Amino acid sequence: MEYIFSLEFIYLVASITYILGLKMLSHPETARRGNLIAAVGMTLAIFGTLFLHHPEEVATQIYILIGAAILIGTIIGWAIAKKVAMTKMPELVSLFNGMGGACAALIGLIEFKHYTGDSLSIVTILSGMIIGSISFSGSMIAWGKLNGYIKKPFRIPKYNVINNVIFLVLILFAAYITWSGSSSQLFLYLIFFGALAYGVLFVFPIGGADMPVVISLLNSFTGLAAALAGFLYGNMVMLTGGILVGSAGTILTFAMCKAMNRPLANVIFGGFGETSTDEDLGDSSSVKGDIKKTTVSDVAILMNYSRRIIIVPGYGLAVAQAQYAIHELEQLLTSKGIEVKYAIHPVAGRMPGHMNVLLAETNVDYDKLAEMDAVNPEFQNTDVVFVVGANDVVNPAAKNNPSSPIYGMPILEVENAKQIIVNKRSMKPGYAGIENELFYNQKTSMLFGDAKSVIQELIAELNSM
Amino acid sequence: MTELIDFISNNIQMIYIVILMIFVGVEVIGHVPAVLHTPLMSGANAIHGVVIIGAILVMLGTEPDNILAQALGFVAVLLGTLNVVGGFVVTDRMLEMFKKKK
Repeated sequence: MEYIFSLEFIYLVASITYILGLKMLSHPETARRGNLIAAVGMTLAIFGTLFLHHPEEVATQIYILIGAAILIGTIIGWAIAKKVAMTKMPELVSLFNGMGGACAALIGLIEFKHYTGDSLSIVTILSGMIIGSISFSGSMIAWGKLNGYIKKPFRIPKYNVINNVIFLVLILFAAYITWSGSSSQLFLYLIFFGALAYGVLFVFPIGGADMPVVISLLNSFTGLAAALAGFLYGNMVMLTGGILVGSAGTILTFAMCKAMNRPLANVIFGGFGETSTDEDLGDSSSVKGDIKKTTVSDVAILMNYSRRIIIVPGYGLAVAQAQYAIHELEQLLTSKGIEVKYAIHPVAGRMPGHMNVLLAETNVDYDKLAEMDAVNPEFQNTDVVFVVGANDVVNPAAKNNPSSPIYGMPILEVENAKQIIVNKRSMKPGYAGIENELFYNQKTSMLFGDAKSVIQELIAELNSM
Repeated sequence: MTELIDFISNNIQMIYIVILMIFVGVEVIGHVPAVLHTPLMSGANAIHGVVIIGAILVMLGTEPDNILAQALGFVAVLLGTLNVVGGFVVTDRMLEMFKKKK
């Protein structure tokens, strides 16, 4: 009976909650409970470790420090998570992921000298530290990019070569330390900073459209780092939790790549920004024709006399915080007897499912959210497609221009509809940095302006009809 | 070669766990609808915050006079807590919005 109160048993329970939690997170009805269950398991594991792990002689001062760190971390983490706007979720996941990576890296930094000479442990420590550091600095760069602090994908010349050299040097250093049994702190810190630099260079050149894939990849990196630390201590709950996230994260990464029809190697080693600037500028001039501008009142009239309307939301909707406005518009149109749906591209926005999260905030009916494969055949029977702040996910170049960097990516085939209204702030190309021939289509009319104010004007206009 | 065999035989239990967990991770997430990709990523993000246990173990093992290790350990526990608490709360916030649907 006493075993129930042992640390091993608590770790077992915690491990089960992680598996259950992830499983339940995969179904809409159980997702929230799943998250809660995993959180309870985590709390058990943390406090179990604090109170039931008894190494010889621990100074009270240490317990105070740990308690203080947990208290401060809880307050800050809670506050950030509660305060930040729903549109900023991808940034937040990236930020918290970076924290976990840093935690793993620090563990390696401190534990290194305690294991000098034990080559298996040293390999584990160094790998955990390297992966954790890469995850940390990479996540921070991803966070900065998504927040707009870092604007352009920046490529130093031959960055691929430089990156690979850094990585090779890291491995050589790590191998040297392991074989020689050296306890040199200098080498340790060299590896630490080298890994940080590698993380920065790794994420820096990656285009914004690929950010979700990178975050997911770094997420599974942190899982791996946690698992390595678990291996070091023979700690089961870290091992199970870490490996679970590592493997689930990897699958999720591949799922995202598949949605964009891009091999993972392509995402990591570039191609996006480069091809678009080299080839597409020449190409896009041939695309150029006349764009047709339209006004709010024209669109309102058009919508008023339509029978079926499909809304295609994109990142512009999130940026303009227009999710409530679009929901209001959709309800208004529905009340006029018009059939309205949202067409959700899996990678619209900055994260898979970003649009779903955003629209769910406004209580949009689940049935109104149509996934890409289901909705594509419906466009030809649709009177008006209203594209709000989406660009690359509706770019026909993905289907018919083999030289386009997004060629092969499945898109929403909005050009089959009878009329297309595109709301954008300006003619600036989308995140992938490429021209969109849809805007020059004869059936397309452009409605320039901030998504939120444009939609609100539309609502006012429709109400007065 | 003998080293490899030794390694396997010494850690056979953990190797079992690693292999099984890899498959569990793949299976558990296999059929998740795209709607839930972001919350799922966020939830997984919170779970790897389990690395905080390592930070706590490090802290419990630091020598009383090693201020540097204690300072680093303090930061590690703090960052780990941020990962765990922030991760779970954010996921809950996202899912809260889904829940209202019938």
